[in-house]
Amino acid sequence: MDPNEHLFRREAGRMVSTLTRVFGVHNLALAEDVVQDAFCRALEVWKFSGVPENPAAWLMATAKHRALDVLRRERTARAFAPELGRLLESEWTVAPAVEELFGANAIKDDQLRMMFSCCNPRLAEEAQVALVLHILCGFSIGEVASAFVSSEAAIEKRISRAKKVLARSKRLFDVRGADDFSGRLPAVHRALYLLFNEGYHGASPESAVRTELCHEAMRLTTLLLNHPLAATPATHALAALMYLHAARLPGRIDASGNLSSLVDQDRSRWDSRLVAEGQRFLDLSATGSELTEYHVEAAIAAVHAMARRTENTDWGKIVSLYDTLMTIRPSPVVALNRAIAVAQHEGPERGLEEIRAINSDRLATYPFYHAALGEFEFRSGKPEIAREHFRRALAVARNLMERRFLEDRLAVCERPAAAGSCCDRKARLNS
Amino acid sequence: MGQFVYLYRGAERNRSPEQTQEAMQKWMAWFKQLTEKGHIKDPGQPLEFAGKLVKGKQKTVTDGPFAEAKDVIGGYTLVEARDLNEAVELSKGCPIFEVEGAVEVRPVMKLNM
Repeated sequence: MDPNEHLFRREAGRMVSTLTRVFGVHNLALAEDVVQDAFCRALEVWKFSGVPENPAAWLMATAKHRALDVLRRERTARAFAPELGRLLESEWTVAPAVEELFGANAIKDDQLRMMFSCCNPRLAEEAQVALVLHILCGFSIGEVASAFVSSEAAIEKRISRAKKVLARSKRLFDVRGADDFSGRLPAVHRALYLLFNEGYHGASPESAVRTELCHEAMRLTTLLLNHPLAATPATHALAALMYLHAARLPGRIDASGNLSSLVDQDRSRWDSRLVAEGQRFLDLSATGSELTEYHVEAAIAAVHAMARRTENTDWGKIVSLYDTLMTIRPSPVVALNRAIAVAQHEGPERGLEEIRAINSDRLATYPFYHAALGEFEFRSGKPEIAREHFRRALAVARNLMERRFLEDRLAVCERPAAAGSCCDRKARLNS
Repeated sequence: MGQFVYLYRGAERNRSPEQTQEAMQKWMAWFKQLTEKGHIKDPGQPLEFAGKLVKGKQKTVTDGPFAEAKDVIGGYTLVEARDLNEAVELSKGCPIFEVEGAVEVRPVMKLNM
C-alpha cells in the first residue's frame, strides 16, 4: 500500500456520505459506526491476505453488506430515510433497494451533498470546517484539533454540537437545485479554502507542509468543478489559487528537508503541470462580475508563478493586488504579507513602517510576523535588533521545520561579514 | 527449526481512518519482514469476534463473545523459528502491542517418532 495514499481517510468521507443518504441524516452516527466497522474488518482481513486490488471498492462493498444487515434487522424498529419507507416494508425489497442505493449513479453526488449539508448556515464557520474535515476528510477529533491548533475537548464539543444540528436538519442538502445552492456555495468555498491553507501554512507541530491536506482540499474542489451548478467563476478562482500554490509545494522543502522561502526556492522544482492547470482555472474564473478574495489570491500566486526568477517578480503588481485584498477580506496576516511585498518593492525601511502600522495583537504568536521584522531590521543594517525578533519568532515556532528555518536566519544575523551581502536577499518570508 | 502458532489477542477498535492506515502499514511491514526472513509458514486467517460456544456433556450452545474484548482471539499465524525464544523475539515486532493487545506464542507439538 502506498504510504502516501491515505486510503482510509479518503474513503471514510465517501462511505459516510453514501451511508448517511441511505440511512437518513438523523442516522449519521449509525453511518459512522458502519464505516468504522468496515475499516476494522479491512484491517483484520488485509493484515493476513494483503490489500485487495481495488481496496476502495472492497470497503464500499463491505459497507453495503453491513448496511443491508442493519436495514434488515432494524427496518421496523428504527426510522430511516423517508424515501426508503416503502421499500423496507417487505423483506424481499430490501436487498434490491440497497443494491440500487449503492449504484454508481446514486452515489455520484453523495460527497457534494454532504459538503453542502455540513456548511449549514445555522453553524458557525469554524464548526462547518470542522465538520467537513471530520466527516468528508475522515479526520479524527484529535486530528481536527491539531489542524485548528485547538484543544481536543473544544473540538469534540464543536463537532458533536454541529452533528446534532446536521441530524436535526431532517434531510441532506438537495444538490439538484431545489435548495438555495448559490447561497450555500460561498460557505463551501470558505471551508475548502481554510482546509487548503491549513495544509499549506500548517500550524501543526509535526510538519510545516502537510501536502495531503492540500490534496484533500483540491479533491473536494474538483467535485465542485464537476457539478454544473457549483462550477462558478469563484469556484474556478479557488481552484486556481490551490493549483498555483500546490505547484510550489515541491520547492517549499529543499533537498535537505528544510523549509525554503519563496525567493530562495529552486523554481525549476515547481510543478509546471499544476501551474498550467492553475492558470487555466484562473482564465475560466474571469467571467461574470464577481471579484472574490480567491480571484485576488490566485492572481498574486500567478504573478509569482510567472516569474521564472525571483528578480523578475512584479512586486508593484503584487502590492496593488494586496491592496485590493485588504478591501475584500482585511486581516492582520494579509496586512503582513502586503507589508512584505512593499518591502520588496520599496525597501526594508518602508516594509518596517508598514508592519508597525498593523495591529499586532493577533500576530504575536505568529512566528513569521517576528521573522519579517527580523528580516527587515537585518536588511536595514541592524543585526542586533534583528536577532531579538528572530529569537521571539523561535519562541513561537510551531514545528521543527520552522525552528530550523529561523535558527538559520538567526545564525546569518550573527555572522558580521554577511551584513553587506544580505541586502540583495529578497523577502524570504513570503513563502 | 520448530513451528509455532501466534494467537493474536485483543480487538482493535475505535481508530481514526489515519490510525487504521498506520496500523495496516505496520502489520504489512511486520509480515513482510518475517516473510523475507523465511519465518512465515502460513500467514493464517482472521477470526470473527462473535460466534458460538458449545460446552459440556449437555452440549450447551451459547453466543459469543466468550471473554473480554482484550482476550478474544482475532487471528493466528503459523511461523517457523529455531526455538521458543526466537519465536518470542520475533513476535515482539507485532504492531498489536501498540493497542495493548497480546500475542500468545505456542509451540506446535513435535511428533518424535
